[in-house]
Amino acid sequence: MNVVNASHSANAGPALDGRPAQMELQGVSIGYGGRPVQQDLNFRIRRGDVFIVMGGSGCGKSTVMRCLTGLVEPMAGRVLVAGASLWDVSAAERAQIMRRNGVMYQSGALWSSMTLRENVALPLEQYTDLGTAQVRAIADYKLALVGLAGFGDYYPSEISGGMRKRVGVARAMALDPDTLLFDEPSAGLDPLSARRLDDLILQLRDSLGTTMVVVTHELDSIFSIGDDAVFLDAATGTMLTTGNPRHLRDASEHRLVREFLNRGNL
Amino acid sequence: MTVPPPTLTLQPDPAGTATLVLAGTWRIAEALPTVAAAERLLAGAGDLRRVRLDTGAVTDWDSGLVAFVAAVEDRCRARGLDWEIPGLPAGVTALLTLARSVPERGAGSHTEDRRPSFFARFGQDILDLIQSTGEIMTFFGEGTLALRRFLLGRARYRRTDLWLIIQETGADALPIVSLISFLVGMILGYIADQQLAQFGARIFVADLVGLATVIQMGALITAIVMAGRTGAAFAAQLGTMQVNEEIDALRTLGIPPMEFLVLPRMLALILMTPLLAIYANVLGILGGAFVGTVVGGVTLTAYLTQTQEAIGWNHIIQGLISATAYGAIIAASGCLRGMQCGRSAAAVGVATTSAVVTAIVFIVIAAAVLTIIFNAIGLS
Repeated sequence: MNVVNASHSANAGPALDGRPAQMELQGVSIGYGGRPVQQDLNFRIRRGDVFIVMGGSGCGKSTVMRCLTGLVEPMAGRVLVAGASLWDVSAAERAQIMRRNGVMYQSGALWSSMTLRENVALPLEQYTDLGTAQVRAIADYKLALVGLAGFGDYYPSEISGGMRKRVGVARAMALDPDTLLFDEPSAGLDPLSARRLDDLILQLRDSLGTTMVVVTHELDSIFSIGDDAVFLDAATGTMLTTGNPRHLRDASEHRLVREFLNRGNL
Repeated sequence: MTVPPPTLTLQPDPAGTATLVLAGTWRIAEALPTVAAAERLLAGAGDLRRVRLDTGAVTDWDSGLVAFVAAVEDRCRARGLDWEIPGLPAGVTALLTLARSVPERGAGSHTEDRRPSFFARFGQDILDLIQSTGEIMTFFGEGTLALRRFLLGRARYRRTDLWLIIQETGADALPIVSLISFLVGMILGYIADQQLAQFGARIFVADLVGLATVIQMGALITAIVMAGRTGAAFAAQLGTMQVNEEIDALRTLGIPPMEFLVLPRMLALILMTPLLAIYANVLGILGGAFVGTVVGGVTLTAYLTQTQEAIGWNHIIQGLISATAYGAIIAASGCLRGMQCGRSAAAVGVATTSAVVTAIVFIVIAAAVLTIIFNAIGLS
């Protein structure tokens, strides 16, 4: 069994504001069936940042996230995770790199045949030598961390959409990953639940130092949690700019970016 | 209260301008004139340069009017005619502006819906077949590697899942296998009894039913039931997991779905189908015995003794080998189609249907091939 070490090597590429890049895309093109969705993507995600991947509907945000998590191989370019090129290593090494990432899917993607505790416990059972009681204790702790203490024996179908997303976060955090990726975390949530999830992302980043990558187009979330961002454009099929979301809102050279971040009110 | 019906008339003038006059209630619920009717009127008006639209006599309207005006305008502009719509209700103007605020997506941006030619379809079918064969080979290759890891004790799966699937595919299938096996045994018994009674050889019903059941029918009935019950369930389960991104979640954790999801299902069916086939054989023979004793008047002891003498170990082994092969086919079809499933509810339905069809086709092919092999090696 491989024991995951949360504090992995610091071979992490060039420094950015004193912090190394946790993830980096270099000239990446991604698409399906030979048709590119996004081309020539170049950006770095600093370790410890909350990084926003934003853009209009259908611009390929989720595809970029699937690329960052190693689910989609780019048509061109390199994806670096902590300095290692994801597609220039063996499948076994790639699987090991991917385990350093935790992913929360838009729908939660909880395994419906398992209880919430089993969902959180599965990565621990598969990749650690912990005993049953320890696994159970850690899984319950992770559930408590997302405000779901006592829900361990529930099944995904027995809880609300917002709770499912929080369990998704707990499961993504099971192995104490270096990076947590969130696909549209606020989608389908009421404003209060969305706010709680944003707060949770910030608290986890501040307390654990985890790098957060959030795919979203919710402006409230973008401004309240985003340190850095990339804007993807559906029309040109590439990124328009990167930078702090507030700065981009006020001073981006791209009118479309300013319009997007000002809800069309320029 | 009656409402004035929608009407459409054309008033041409000698200067090459035609006025389309709309009157009455232009609501979707009414029998609205079609755009084609407007085109016919315009085509019959001779040489035209300009078209005006007069909606002054329209008493009530909804989207029906807006859609009509937009479509007629498009047709006129396509024919190079000037277009003029004075006095259009303000709401209609606003809705038309809204509908045209985002330019129409250009042609060729999406696969066109027209039916391709015979040769194009034939070529595409061949390409699909090649791709599908490649996918099946890859699936079996990955399955074999997963099995190797299982035998080496390195496969990533949960034992509880394996036991649960064994229970679902085995014990839970007993009632339906019992019913169908017993009834098919009875049917075989009746057919055999009718023929053999003519020769006073009713006791041989036991031979016929026993041999047919043990060599082929027991395994085949079990396989067909399992294909419809379990193969479809596998495809639906894995397909739904694909739709819900549950399989992506496994992959991002580095847990191979082939080991975690497919392997336990393959093992369960390869293990349980032969056991169910043995059970089906017993029930089938009992079905035949019921007819042989009640209709044929043979004693139960005589019937069972005759059956025992007719059936040899070679027949039982044939049935068990067939059942094992069928189990592997059903599990592979269900899992393959589930893993190939698209990301929509409709795709789950397609995957489920496809799993059952694929399984039954390959079961019948396997039955024929195995019969030839058993004959060739002298097992029959």
